[in-house]
Amino acid sequence: MLILECPYCGVHADETELAPGGEAHLKRFGPGSDIDDFEGYLFMRENPKGLHFERWRHAYGCGKWFLAARCTATLEVFGTYPAQSAEPPQSIKDAITAKRPGWSWRDFA
Amino acid sequence: MKRYSVFAIAREAMRQHTGWDRAWAKATPKKKYDAIIVGAGGHGLATAYYLGKNHGIRNVAILEKGWLGGGNTGRNTTIIRSNYLQDPSAAIYEKARSLYETLSQDLNYNVMFSPRGVMMLAQTQHEIRGYQRTAHANSLQGVTTEFIGPHKVKELCPIINIDGPRYPVLGALWQSRGGTARHDAVAWGYARACSDMGMDIIQQCEVTGVRQANGKVVGVDTTQGSIDCDKLGIVVAGHTGVLADMAGFRLPVESLCLQALVSEPIKPCMDVVVMANTVHGYMSQSDKGEMVIGGGTDGFNNYTQRGSFHHIEETVRALVETFPMISRLKMLRQWGGIVDMTGDRSPIISKTPLGNCFVNCGWGTGGFKAIPGSGWAMADLMAKGEPGPLAAEFSMWRFREGKFIDESVAAGVAH
Repeated sequence: MLILECPYCGVHADETELAPGGEAHLKRFGPGSDIDDFEGYLFMRENPKGLHFERWRHAYGCGKWFLAARCTATLEVFGTYPAQSAEPPQSIKDAITAKRPGWSWRDFA
Repeated sequence: MKRYSVFAIAREAMRQHTGWDRAWAKATPKKKYDAIIVGAGGHGLATAYYLGKNHGIRNVAILEKGWLGGGNTGRNTTIIRSNYLQDPSAAIYEKARSLYETLSQDLNYNVMFSPRGVMMLAQTQHEIRGYQRTAHANSLQGVTTEFIGPHKVKELCPIINIDGPRYPVLGALWQSRGGTARHDAVAWGYARACSDMGMDIIQQCEVTGVRQANGKVVGVDTTQGSIDCDKLGIVVAGHTGVLADMAGFRLPVESLCLQALVSEPIKPCMDVVVMANTVHGYMSQSDKGEMVIGGGTDGFNNYTQRGSFHHIEETVRALVETFPMISRLKMLRQWGGIVDMTGDRSPIISKTPLGNCFVNCGWGTGGFKAIPGSGWAMADLMAKGEPGPLAAEFSMWRFREGKFIDESVAAGVAH
């Protein structure tokens, strides 16, 4: 069972308490945007086999959105951080580098 | 290839079964092929088969990372139906269902197609309206379905509790020519027919890179060396994103885990397939007597082929409510498969930004029923370079054009 720590209330919540929200750090494009950007934001996904940044909501807890760094191939969790972050905090980047040297992510590579 | 027949059985019975051939030949990669299919599951093998049978392209290799039919082809709940709302879906799934009717004769391999009937229960007023709408759509599409009342449901499947406490059964969408088939046999039958046409089925050969020149694919790198090709078909279900990454484009798919489970075998008690989408579980009985059970996908991206326990719990809870007699059944096995989900829950059979590279993916939770039709349409696309009528609507660019084939709303759940 997947267990994530809510960065707001500090609860170690298992997945029955959480709602998954898909890929994190999507750059948003609104009306008037280039069609490629709009398509990319709305539909295209990284879908990696490995390190994945994703959104979660502490649905049956504080109700707030947060972000998580997780491996989709091993279900290993590298850390969670608030949804307002433009990119993961250095401590989480370091934790990932320790286990997955040379990792990258499209939007903040 | 020696044909399978009653005479072959009699002949082999006389000589202690020493004369059977291997169903398909073991192959090592050649230097170059006209077409390479990545993925020896049902869809990949069917694509190769119809490339050879319908288009005469037989210099084909089918590459498989693991073993033939060991992915979702061997992990599904074997349901076959074509009662879809949208026209493009109904067309391709009905093509597949109708090909299943004669697939055993066509392949000379018993795929055990059993058109026992599929019912989708309506347990809310909303579902009644939805399924009546689907039944009307199906009659316009030439797909035979009907909306039946609760007493007919009970007559067709006596073990259903139609007066459940939360969601009594109010009716059902009934497709009498839907049913099940033996999933492994579908893969094995296609593999045998492909091998017979001289195609190479190369197992334990993982693709590690896609080679390209001037915007066109020229070959693949694999764990068994480099292989050149004129055309490449990517038919790898859950790992489509990984292959697309090698080929240098993105797709609107995400990979999730879908679980299924079977019970201990019991005496025959149910000769139809029942899907209960409001409570979300579906069940049929295999020829061995096991109750074959499936439900919804897990919610988060996952490549591990093992899902979360609470999803099984929800599925079983739903089915115990619908079929109270199964409450004391022991479950024998549980497993997961990685399904590639698109935003509109419809597949992609499409050209790609890379020339001569084609992709067949996004079947999500409902790929098995589509195998013959999917292979038919993908072979057409690969042979001609342009999609035929079955595949035309399933382009990977339909999302940017807003031309969804929206089955997620039509079904409300995984399907």
